[in-house]
Amino acid sequence: MGIALKVDHLSVRFGKLEVLRDLSFSVERGTSLGIIGPNGAGKTVLFQALIGSIPHEGVIQWEPGARIGYVPQKLDLERDIPITGTDFLRARVRLARARETEIARVLDLVGISDEVAKSTIGALSGGQFQRLMVAFALLGNPSVLMLDEPTAGVDQPGQKRLNELVRHLQLEQGLTALLISHELSVVYQYADNVLCLGHGSACFGPPRKILTPETLREIYGSPLDYHVHEG
Amino acid sequence: MSIENLLLSIAMATAAGLVGCFALMRRMSLAADALSHVALPGIGVALALGISPLFGATAMLFFGALLVWSVEGKSKISTEAVIGVLFSVALAVGSMTTSGEELIEALFGGVSALTLPEMLFGSLASVAVIAFVISQRHRLVVMLVSPDVARMAGINVRRLNLLYLEMFALTIALGLRYLGVLLMGALVIIPAATAKRLAGNLTTVLATAVALSVASTLAGAGLASWLHQQSGPLIVIVAATLFLLSFLRR
Repeated sequence: MGIALKVDHLSVRFGKLEVLRDLSFSVERGTSLGIIGPNGAGKTVLFQALIGSIPHEGVIQWEPGARIGYVPQKLDLERDIPITGTDFLRARVRLARARETEIARVLDLVGISDEVAKSTIGALSGGQFQRLMVAFALLGNPSVLMLDEPTAGVDQPGQKRLNELVRHLQLEQGLTALLISHELSVVYQYADNVLCLGHGSACFGPPRKILTPETLREIYGSPLDYHVHEG
Repeated sequence: MSIENLLLSIAMATAAGLVGCFALMRRMSLAADALSHVALPGIGVALALGISPLFGATAMLFFGALLVWSVEGKSKISTEAVIGVLFSVALAVGSMTTSGEELIEALFGGVSALTLPEMLFGSLASVAVIAFVISQRHRLVVMLVSPDVARMAGINVRRLNLLYLEMFALTIALGLRYLGVLLMGALVIIPAATAKRLAGNLTTVLATAVALSVASTLAGAGLASWLHQQSGPLIVIVAATLFLLSFLRR
């Protein structure tokens, strides 16, 4: 199994504030990496550095030919913006020169009805919008999926569906998944490895080794509890 | 109105409607107004050199758009603050380099007939703006929702942003001899704002904005000819009336 992503000595600073310091890790192709940490630990900043949208120090090396589907955190959009979910997905289809029928396929995968897709994106609920963004990412036939809290605001059945979809794509198509999540039970269940970012420290390893009460207390600064749904 | 002028007005109004939709969705409606001030120093210099004010204004507007774009790329500086300062300076310099009558004509449009080079420029620029918005609408939509997502979808966000701003500047320049730079800002924003209230998807909003922009231009020009008034202000009044009428619908 090859390496999909290799990060060496990555540091990101905004002025005098050092958000990420000397971070090194790698992600094997076809596996999933859960990224956890308290608010402000630099999880989203790490994603922005990985996609090249902010300046950084250190080396970020993606596997040659990697197609990255990126699902950002909740976006600040006007409620009355006259662009529908279908407009947004059609734009991706046209750019990727894919078939229009792909739209129906990805909508079905993420569980969005045609009627909801025809609503303007500002009128979608947080959960519907996140699912639309996942559908958009899937249209590019990605080899890597980067999800920044994809289930924030998504109802329980929707969360389960999205998590299982990512797992399915991983097993069936060898997709590599990078997932930022506050849901430790989800990370425990679905991630092959965990990267935890704390203020000034980081750790990396399999969930059973990382998601221990001691490590979590160190990272979050207070004791944390979570439920594991084995299965 | 001659047939050439009529066709040019329709082309200009179409360009304004299309560019305006994206300007509004990008929350650029106030920047549009500020950017239009940049044309003034260009008009002053062009008049001093004895060339058409249209070309001086266009050059300055292109420069202004480039300035906004380069400031946007440097996140440490507040774009709004820089736009506010620089464009006010442009207005001050413009008012010093342009005489009273010329200034009024540049701001609110004039009555002098268009020369052949101006007609050619207007036609080519309108076609360029229309072709740009129609061919790039999908990229513009994705960039609008999230520049990061657009980057990952293979869109060169910085370049597309610059091209959009330059097309926006060109649209303002288009209206210079007809409505004046200040009123052209209104023709870019008002029909798009009305369309945004009425339409529910991208295709309808673009089509509605174009229809409203063309209708406002033709009705305003018709009224101007009937009332023996300047067309610019009447075009904007018609567009604003349609905007107010749109509130009756919802």
